[in-house]
Amino acid sequence: MSTNISRRDFNKLLLTGVAGATMGLFGGSGSAFAASRRVVVIGGGFGGASAAKYLKKLDPSLSVTLVEPKASYATCPFSNWVIGGLKTMPEITQTYAALARRGIVIVPEAAVSVDPVKSTVKLKSGKLLHYDRLVVAPGIDFKWDAYEGYSQGLADSSMPHAYQAGPQTVLLHKQLQAMKDGGTVLICPPANPFRCPPGPYERASLVAHYLKTNKPKSKVIILDPKEKFSKQGLFTKGWQRLYPGMIEWRGPAAGGKIVSVDGASMSVKTELETVKGDVINIIPPQKAGQLAFTLGLTDASGWCPVNPTSFESTIHKNIHVIGDACKAGAMPKSGFAASSQGKVAAAAIIRLLKGQEPVPPSLVNTCYSLLAPGYGISVAGVYQLSPEGITEIPGSGGLTPIDAADDQLEQEAMFAEGWYNNIVRDIWG
Amino acid sequence: MPSKLKMCLTACLIASATVPLGAQGFAATKTKTAATTNANPRGQILALSCAGCHGTDGKSVGIIPSFYGKSPEYLESALKDFKSGARVSTVMGRHAKGYTDEEIHQIAQYFGTVWKKTK
Repeated sequence: MSTNISRRDFNKLLLTGVAGATMGLFGGSGSAFAASRRVVVIGGGFGGASAAKYLKKLDPSLSVTLVEPKASYATCPFSNWVIGGLKTMPEITQTYAALARRGIVIVPEAAVSVDPVKSTVKLKSGKLLHYDRLVVAPGIDFKWDAYEGYSQGLADSSMPHAYQAGPQTVLLHKQLQAMKDGGTVLICPPANPFRCPPGPYERASLVAHYLKTNKPKSKVIILDPKEKFSKQGLFTKGWQRLYPGMIEWRGPAAGGKIVSVDGASMSVKTELETVKGDVINIIPPQKAGQLAFTLGLTDASGWCPVNPTSFESTIHKNIHVIGDACKAGAMPKSGFAASSQGKVAAAAIIRLLKGQEPVPPSLVNTCYSLLAPGYGISVAGVYQLSPEGITEIPGSGGLTPIDAADDQLEQEAMFAEGWYNNIVRDIWG
Repeated sequence: MPSKLKMCLTACLIASATVPLGAQGFAATKTKTAATTNANPRGQILALSCAGCHGTDGKSVGIIPSFYGKSPEYLESALKDFKSGARVSTVMGRHAKGYTDEEIHQIAQYFGTVWKKTK
């Protein structure tokens, strides 16, 4: 081995990271080329767990820590299947054991604050974690004051939102089981933007499936403040075919806008009238998860502005925000989108830590919705960076064709399950 | 170039050439680095989202086709056929239309070789 190293050779080594790693062997930890860079990820959902997994997978020399107080994570995708009685909670619950086996340090406690100057995360126990780059994936929080009479307490007792999977999902399912035949289920989606745009309508479908099977005299009313909704044509056609007369959608002109709710009389007051429900599912308007506000990562919109190439916050340097909490241009707030963003952020962070520019992002979304067993639809999107930010590539993506044959709908239902089984392994496996 | 860095690196190389322990340390580092070197960053960024449906590195466990272990040539031709509609699909055509032929080539190069590094 030559002991005389030319400048060009050194540059080559530096580019491949050998020089930096070699420095580490000699204890040069204070050097800008230290071997083990520390990335801390806060939040173990679709975005955060994807970022942690791919940071470690793409650069095993990184020290990756995942801060998540919950021992397991129930996924919002497929929680409508649980509400409709097609899946159980254990089937949609993921854990962090496999990520730990990959060498990711799992810290099972809450992060309470971040010092962006000292680059430290303070945990609930008071312990500090140092980072070179921080990823924050706090998900969503609800605007509890959106409707008069509405509160978190009401959601926990009688009007579940079931829009963060877990006990809320179980509560809504149990309410459907306890409801009398001939009852009315109210589903009240929020205004845009919100998590999983087709979610409330898939929910209406699978609630109708449960009712048609078990309580066929019952009905579902959707009270919607929006003029239109995701996959509207496909849902409307499917409802007519599968559940004729069972699902009624009321837009803003037909009294879809809620003014107040009343738990005692189990009713919702709209701009036009008071509507009673035996089961009432209020999905309240949303904002970035609480931690994003605590860390000062949000703007006036209640969401987090980011650089679309690296998902680095435009407010705090070295802190990346991914998933539902960030403003990702044309991308919907979905688990798939969050995972795609987590991977793009991971690849960008690895380059940034080596002093390289991130490559332009390529982002994808795919959302399956089930209308009944054997009846699935989808929307797909491929996104790129344009002068307007993250935009959908013209001519790509889009919906299941409105005239899709039954065998395609059946295939899409199977692909929905195939998708779930693969994405949860890709993220938590 | 900071001269301190150069000196230190040179010292390491001398050490690894003469001291067995140092040689081992260097060899280990070299192996690790080889695995993390990213020769195709554009292909990687284009390809990573595919795993969201097809599984990590294209290794699918269920009904969605697995493409782990396929050659770059096979992947490129399949993606181009989805894009043109020559190959019928539910959702792949909608995805494939989001990429130029050059980007499809990059994706195929990434997935067509990544399994050789991870198996």
